[in-house]
Amino acid sequence: MLRVVDVSFAYGGQHVLRDVSFVVPRGRIVGLLGPNGSGKTTLLRIVAGTLRPLRGHAEIDGADVTTLSRRDVARRLAVVPQETHSAFDFKVQDIVLMGRYPHLRAFEIEGPNDLAIAREALAATGTLSLERRPFNTLSGGEKQRVVIAGALAQAAEVLLLDEPTASLDLGSQLDIAALLLRLNRDRGTTMIVCTHDLNFAASLCAELVLIRQGRVLALGATADVLTPENIRALYDVRADIMFHPRAQHLTVVPIARA
Amino acid sequence: MTIGAFGALLVVVCVLAPLVGSTRISLVRAFSRSQPFADNVDAQIFFIARLPRVVGAALVGAGLAAAGVVLQALLRNPLAAPETLGVSIGASVGAVVAITLLPDFSIGGISAVPVASFTGSLGALAIVYGLSVARSRGMSSTVLLLGGVVLTSFLGAIVSLVQYLADFSQTFRTVRWLMGSLDVGSYPPIVAALVPLTCAVVGYATLPRALDLISLGPEAAAARGVDVVRAERVALVSASLSTGAAVSLAGPIGFIGIVVPHLVRLMVGADHRLVLPASALFGAAFLIGCDLVARTMFAPLELPVGIVTATIGGPFFLWLLFRRTR
Repeated sequence: MLRVVDVSFAYGGQHVLRDVSFVVPRGRIVGLLGPNGSGKTTLLRIVAGTLRPLRGHAEIDGADVTTLSRRDVARRLAVVPQETHSAFDFKVQDIVLMGRYPHLRAFEIEGPNDLAIAREALAATGTLSLERRPFNTLSGGEKQRVVIAGALAQAAEVLLLDEPTASLDLGSQLDIAALLLRLNRDRGTTMIVCTHDLNFAASLCAELVLIRQGRVLALGATADVLTPENIRALYDVRADIMFHPRAQHLTVVPIARA
Repeated sequence: MTIGAFGALLVVVCVLAPLVGSTRISLVRAFSRSQPFADNVDAQIFFIARLPRVVGAALVGAGLAAAGVVLQALLRNPLAAPETLGVSIGASVGAVVAITLLPDFSIGGISAVPVASFTGSLGALAIVYGLSVARSRGMSSTVLLLGGVVLTSFLGAIVSLVQYLADFSQTFRTVRWLMGSLDVGSYPPIVAALVPLTCAVVGYATLPRALDLISLGPEAAAARGVDVVRAERVALVSASLSTGAAVSLAGPIGFIGIVVPHLVRLMVGADHRLVLPASALFGAAFLIGCDLVARTMFAPLELPVGIVTATIGGPFFLWLLFRRTR
């Protein structure tokens, strides 16, 4: 279980987050919505332990992430960024094996067990056939699936995803949504997903946390929180929201700037 | 396996290179125990006249190549090198000042020049690193690179100024030093260089896997459990120690830090657990080879090896740039 407790943060005197609190129960997918600059990415960094909050704390299974070592945090949760570039020609398999870093001691080389975990993660994301390909030659959607495989090899229990579909085409966006839903269903993977794509969030997330100017605007079950009033308060946009019978989830159609 | 092959290459080059020169010597006789060392001319030429130079070349080549690998990974840019970060020019300032102000100073066979150039290289890197962390959260690789470029031209002006004010013989010495030469005639400078090199090797040993992860970006590396700030500091300190040791031994020898890591990556792939040790070994063998060319091409004239590495490295660098931007 992840808990964010009264977290505040400021960059050089400028408040980015104020008293943000929410809980992510085990096995739940929670979406983090908010306009640009609302503090979503900062919040994700604080949960991942790569940024220290000014006040408050984030905890994983009852432990404050700032009291855990980098390796301890990395063994429990993995981060999937919007895009991943490699400066050198690593193979897909190398990228996934790098997820094993926090599980290895200094000077220890990955063993058969790590290789098995990596291959299993590749299989789970449908990328086993890409194993030997250079990572930099993959398409955006393929790269993202490989990075998710690396995240699974690192810490299969909790994933933090920062706009995982923002730079992908429509088909790849649907692939990633289906993959994340499958991982959640089959393995009970807990996820926090930052996104600007409201329909992606509606198709994926059981619960939403809406953040505006560093404060929680609303939180709760997606069906309760994803309302025209909240969208207007969040983005200053008038939108129609309806349940789409064929998609089987709420859909948001933006109408105009409010 | 791969590392063994590179190690074997280096050993072969180390043994064969001292055989080449103006006087022909025999390897068998040089290692023969049948006559005392004092009477064995082949052994004397091998061990006293030629081997120091070969060992010096090996240390310099290994130090520069390893520093190149580490800086490239840290900056996530295959074109980064000790010379692009201002480390070499820092060493040059130290050396030029020492040649001009302390021309006759010497302790135990080591003059002020290597000490000053070593200090200069560390100083330059401290300035550039200080700038890169001063204004941002974490290290800014853009500031590090731009700071290196600016520092290089600024310190270049200081080198010119000191040269301009120095007398003729000092200027001649500084010009020769700045060309980069492996005219290592004895063992004490090699032993002195081994001290910082050993420290650098200890630092390098902890780095390879962290460098793999940092090459995906510092944030991604931190999320996978790497202590990025610590790794960056270890990397920069080790890189400046090994560059400083190399430059203090031989002057600024260009392009080794770019050419060698790139060739090695083409051969062994991207994994720094292979790239780093293989580059050090190949860098050593490569510079011994370049020095062999420098010694023999216009024999009995011995070219400064910096001229040879630059004539190979310059076009190679352009080819690399062309290949990358295509």
